[in-house]
Amino acid sequence: MAGTAIRGRLTWQVASVESVRQETASVRTIELQLPDWAGHRAGQHVDVRLTAEDGYSAERSYSIASAPGEPVAITVERLDDGEVSPYLTDELRVGDEIEVRGPIGGYFVWDSHDMPSQLLLVAGGSGIVPFRSILRHRERSGSMVAVRLLYSARSLPDVIYRAELDQHQSGVSVNYTLTREQPPGWHGYARRVDEALLAEVAWPARAEALAFACGPTPFVETVAAGLVALGYRPGLVKTERFGATGGS
Amino acid sequence: MSPVSRGFHRRHSVPAGDVDRVPPGQYLTSDFPVLSAGPTPRTALADWTFSIRQAGDTSKSWNWQEMRALPAETVTADIHCVTRWSKLDTEWQAVSIDTLLAQVQHAASYVLAFCDGGYTTNLPVQDITGGKAWLAFGYDGDPLEPEHGGPARLLVPHLYFWKSAKWVRGLDLLDADEPGFWESYGYHMYGDPWREQRYAGD
Repeated sequence: MAGTAIRGRLTWQVASVESVRQETASVRTIELQLPDWAGHRAGQHVDVRLTAEDGYSAERSYSIASAPGEPVAITVERLDDGEVSPYLTDELRVGDEIEVRGPIGGYFVWDSHDMPSQLLLVAGGSGIVPFRSILRHRERSGSMVAVRLLYSARSLPDVIYRAELDQHQSGVSVNYTLTREQPPGWHGYARRVDEALLAEVAWPARAEALAFACGPTPFVETVAAGLVALGYRPGLVKTERFGATGGS
Repeated sequence: MSPVSRGFHRRHSVPAGDVDRVPPGQYLTSDFPVLSAGPTPRTALADWTFSIRQAGDTSKSWNWQEMRALPAETVTADIHCVTRWSKLDTEWQAVSIDTLLAQVQHAASYVLAFCDGGYTTNLPVQDITGGKAWLAFGYDGDPLEPEHGGPARLLVPHLYFWKSAKWVRGLDLLDADEPGFWESYGYHMYGDPWREQRYAGD
C-alpha cells in the first residue's frame, strides 16, 4: 500500500448545531461545531448519523457547504420520502447534537493551488452545495482562477444561496436557468441544460477548463455527455450524482 | 454513546422476510441509482476487448464476439452500494470470472480491474473466483446500459458495489494488493458490506 493517500480511521464525533438558516422552502443550511476537525477540502462531504430513541440509527452523506477553514456547514434539501433529510430540515434545532464523521472523498474537490486555466461549475438543484464551498474557497484564498457557474433550478424561489451568488465575485460569472417557472422580466435562461446551452455558457474546449457537474443523475449525465461532445477531455470533467433515492 | 434525536424515527422499513439480506446501515431501493466520477464512456462493441495482463504483458484477450461465445449464466444477486442503498434480486447475464481466469496460467493473489475512463478497483483473487464474481453484459434480459456500466461491468455482489467496476476492460494480475481509484481516496481496500467496511480503517 506504499505511496497511497489512505488516511487513518474516520471516527464518529458528536457535533452540536451552531446555527440553522432556511435557504429555500425545502432547503436548510446547518452549521456544526465539531470537537475535532482536521480540516476539509472544497467539494468533500461528511456522513451524518441520527439515532432514534429506540436505538435505530440511519446515516447519510452530505456535501460540505463551507470553505476550508470555516466551520463545517451542510446544506440539506428535504426529500419528502426521505428518512434523514426531513428531520434535518424540519426538526433539528440549535444546540442539538448529531453524529458526524469526515471529511470524505478526494476526487470531486478543488484546491486553490490547483491552477487550471478556468473552472466550469454546473449545478442542478441542490448540486450547488459543493460549489458554494469551492467559490468561498476561491475568494478566501485570493485565487484569481476565472469561473463560470451554470445553475439550473426549477424557479427563482428554489435557487439556493441566491443572495451570496449575486454578490458578484470578481472573475466569477453566475448564469441561472429556471426550468419550470420564471418571474416577470426574467433575463436569465429558461430552459433545461443541454449541449446547446453548455455551448453558450461553458468555456470553449480549447481552454482546457476543469469542469465539475453536480446534481441529479439524468442532469449530470446530460452535462457530462454534452461537455465531452463539445470537446472537453473526459478526465477534466468531474461528476457527483445523486439518484432519486441516493441522496436522501 | 450516540446522542438521541428526539422525534427521529425509522421511516424506511425492511420487509420481515428480507431483514437478513440487508447489511447494517443500508436501506432498500427499487430504483437503480447511478454513481460515477466522470462522464459515461461509450465504447463501440467493435472496439471492445477484455484483457488479462501480467507484469504489463497481455496473457489473454477476448473481443466482444469471443467473450459472448463463452458459457454465460443468469445470476440473481443482492447488491449493496456504499452510499447506503441496497437492491435485492437483481438479475444479470454474465460470464463467470472463473471461466476467464481458467484460460490463463497465473499465481496471482490480487487483481486490479481497469476500465474505460481510467477507473480501477482492487480485489483479492479469492474473491473473484469460486463462483463469486462475473463479467456482466446484460441486466434484466437487456444489454447493460452505458450508465450502468455497459457494454460490460464486473459483478462482485458480496462486496460494496464500487468493486463491481463499470466499463471494465480487463484485469491486471498482481502479487500484492494495490489501491484502485476510490481506495486511494480513502475508501476501504476490501469493502465488505456486512462489516460496514466503507472507509479505510472501518
